[in-house]
Amino acid sequence: MYNEKDINEQIAWAKINADVLRSMENPRKSYWVAIVICILMIACAVFAEYIQYTVGMGPSNLNNPHMWDMYIATFVFWIGMSHSGTLLSAILHLIHADWRKPIYRFAEAMTTFSLMTAGIFPIIHLGRVWNMYWVLPYVSDRGLWPNFRSPLVWDAFAISTYLSASMLFLFIGMIPDLAICRDNARGWRKKLYTVLSLGWSGNDRQWRNFRKIYLLMACFLIPLAVSVHSIVSADFAMSIMPGWHVTTFPPYFVAGALYSGCAAIITLFVLLRYFFRFEEYMTLPIMEKTAKLTFAIAMVWTYLNLIEFSSVWYGHDIYNKELLIDKATGAYAWVFWTMLFCGSVVPFALAFQKLRRHMPTMFVVSLLLNVGMFFERWMIVAPTLSMSHSPHQWDVMWGSIVEWAIVFGSLGWFGLLFLIFVKVFPSVSMYEVKEMVFHRQRHLVNEDAATKFHRRSDDKTTTGEPGLEGA
Amino acid sequence: MSLDNLLSNWSQYRKGHEEGGFHDYEHRWGMAIDLDICTGCNACSTACYAENNLAVVGPERFEKGQAMHWLRVERYWDQSELDHPEQGASFLPMMCQQCNAATCEPVCPVAATYHTPDGLNAQIYNRCIGSRYCSNNCPFRVRYFNFYSYYESSWPEPLNMQLNPDITVRDKGVMEKCTYCVQRIRSAKNKAKMEDRKLEDGEFTTACAQACPTNAIVFGDWQDENSQVAKLWKKHEVTRAVTKQNKDNPEKRGYRIFEELNIDPSVMYLERVREKV
Repeated sequence: MYNEKDINEQIAWAKINADVLRSMENPRKSYWVAIVICILMIACAVFAEYIQYTVGMGPSNLNNPHMWDMYIATFVFWIGMSHSGTLLSAILHLIHADWRKPIYRFAEAMTTFSLMTAGIFPIIHLGRVWNMYWVLPYVSDRGLWPNFRSPLVWDAFAISTYLSASMLFLFIGMIPDLAICRDNARGWRKKLYTVLSLGWSGNDRQWRNFRKIYLLMACFLIPLAVSVHSIVSADFAMSIMPGWHVTTFPPYFVAGALYSGCAAIITLFVLLRYFFRFEEYMTLPIMEKTAKLTFAIAMVWTYLNLIEFSSVWYGHDIYNKELLIDKATGAYAWVFWTMLFCGSVVPFALAFQKLRRHMPTMFVVSLLLNVGMFFERWMIVAPTLSMSHSPHQWDVMWGSIVEWAIVFGSLGWFGLLFLIFVKVFPSVSMYEVKEMVFHRQRHLVNEDAATKFHRRSDDKTTTGEPGLEGA
Repeated sequence: MSLDNLLSNWSQYRKGHEEGGFHDYEHRWGMAIDLDICTGCNACSTACYAENNLAVVGPERFEKGQAMHWLRVERYWDQSELDHPEQGASFLPMMCQQCNAATCEPVCPVAATYHTPDGLNAQIYNRCIGSRYCSNNCPFRVRYFNFYSYYESSWPEPLNMQLNPDITVRDKGVMEKCTYCVQRIRSAKNKAKMEDRKLEDGEFTTACAQACPTNAIVFGDWQDENSQVAKLWKKHEVTRAVTKQNKDNPEKRGYRIFEELNIDPSVMYLERVREKV
């Protein structure tokens, strides 16, 4: 029906530079309002954490069966969010899907910032935060090591590796752009970009090395991303609790991670497109492709859900089955059904081209998908604890205002980091959009030549021209 | 667990759990609890509070599920299928079962909970960072977390004088649980060592067993064939390291809770005998 191109090949390179650099300057009033809102949200969380730090974990309403709750659920949520940045920048890079080029930069920033948000949660959920470094294998006179059998230790390794690798990847991919910024900036920005661009002059040797290291990092990040969320799922799958001890958890978590991450990309896509007027770069066909990808992942997630339910149902493990029935009918039923509605029904909106091209709809849909994914994490953590083996300890617990304030504040923290990013760093990759434009132009030229060539060889009437066989 | 140790004993370390952890146990402390003579009086729980410096959290926090009772007497009322609802509740004194293949041990990130050569599942308060994973992985839910700091609120002066000096008062953010009164075990062992003799059965017992008015709780060294607890286990044909006891003979009332999870608990319960109405 719609037959447009991903990007207009005729955009001048100077215009690309100008458009992206413009987005980094002169923040509007709404930008400052957003910054203040984010800081206020963080202040709520800091205050709540202050109470929790001084008094103990009690004010969060955690209790004996519910030793974990929203902190761990939110941790898994943010870790999941981080995965699609890697999907877009590394996997799509390797399979040469060049439509990722205008949108991968902010997705990658999202990866880094959501990891920075996620990393806070295992720390604040500790009873004795001040001893958190004991999880790491540092050299100690007492010869004490962490317990390498514990999935929480694997978590510490996995997350710190993934965070440092994805930060490096974000930075390396940005170096040519930082050089453009350096050449166009003044004042403190000039100094900052001069340091960060590492003396990039765009010569041949630099480009060759740059390509190599970028590809290397992409290859390194893909298995890392998959393993990180598998390890996060091991926090649950390695236990013996009903509803946690599930073999399909690693793929289920990875699918859920890509799902919520893609939904978040759509949200930020709409916002950046609107506020920075990036209509020429974040085009409707690219949105359509992202939406289709999200839809496919949503179906994978739904499928894995069905597998889990049916294996519990036909497995006849009494604890698991009771728990599944309780999820669907018990105190958490509204969360469970909202999760299934948002996660499996709402994505069907992405199947319609009209809706895929309607930005406000996509914004709302993507937010709903992430609500569903947040509830999914909640449904993993809470019901199992509320209904584990011992019936004496069955209990339904709702988090207190302290707990929710910290969860709420994490949104502000992520938002603040992202807002600072879009004004300090180019949120659209300038050099890669230029590449994309260049390659598509070349493609057009080649296509013209090819059609001419074929017309000539097919045309039997013109015998004077030499055919392919004769050559 | 040092790295050298880990590397040199890797295979043994890996197989430790399947083969029952330590191979040369000094003792294997165990219990037998006869539910038929348990009256549900809660004396055991009270004794535990006094012996182990357990914090009294107050009614609101108890209601919220933040209580610290290492030994709780569970009551089960609704047993309509057993045909005796008018005979009242069933009681189940529940404390840490000191599982031989404890699920709490492998998940602790800092190895604050581990297995001792006594067959105990020990908790090191100083090492605990409060990730609470152990409690999440305990099917009995008998691990209790210090959600608050209780030193001032639970034992205001002069109540602090009644604290047991043999063990600590735990601060906020630390997991704790039944230790089988490890301080009593230690002092009895030390005494026997000083006097250069073997530890005898019945020389000491845990606070709960000591306080039980009907002697429903029997504590002892399961490895010592002449101990009362070993005899009871033998009498009721309860064996370790199996996931299901042979229950052909109704006279043999012994069973272990959740043993089908392959955790090998150290507490044997004796079923309550109830007459058909």
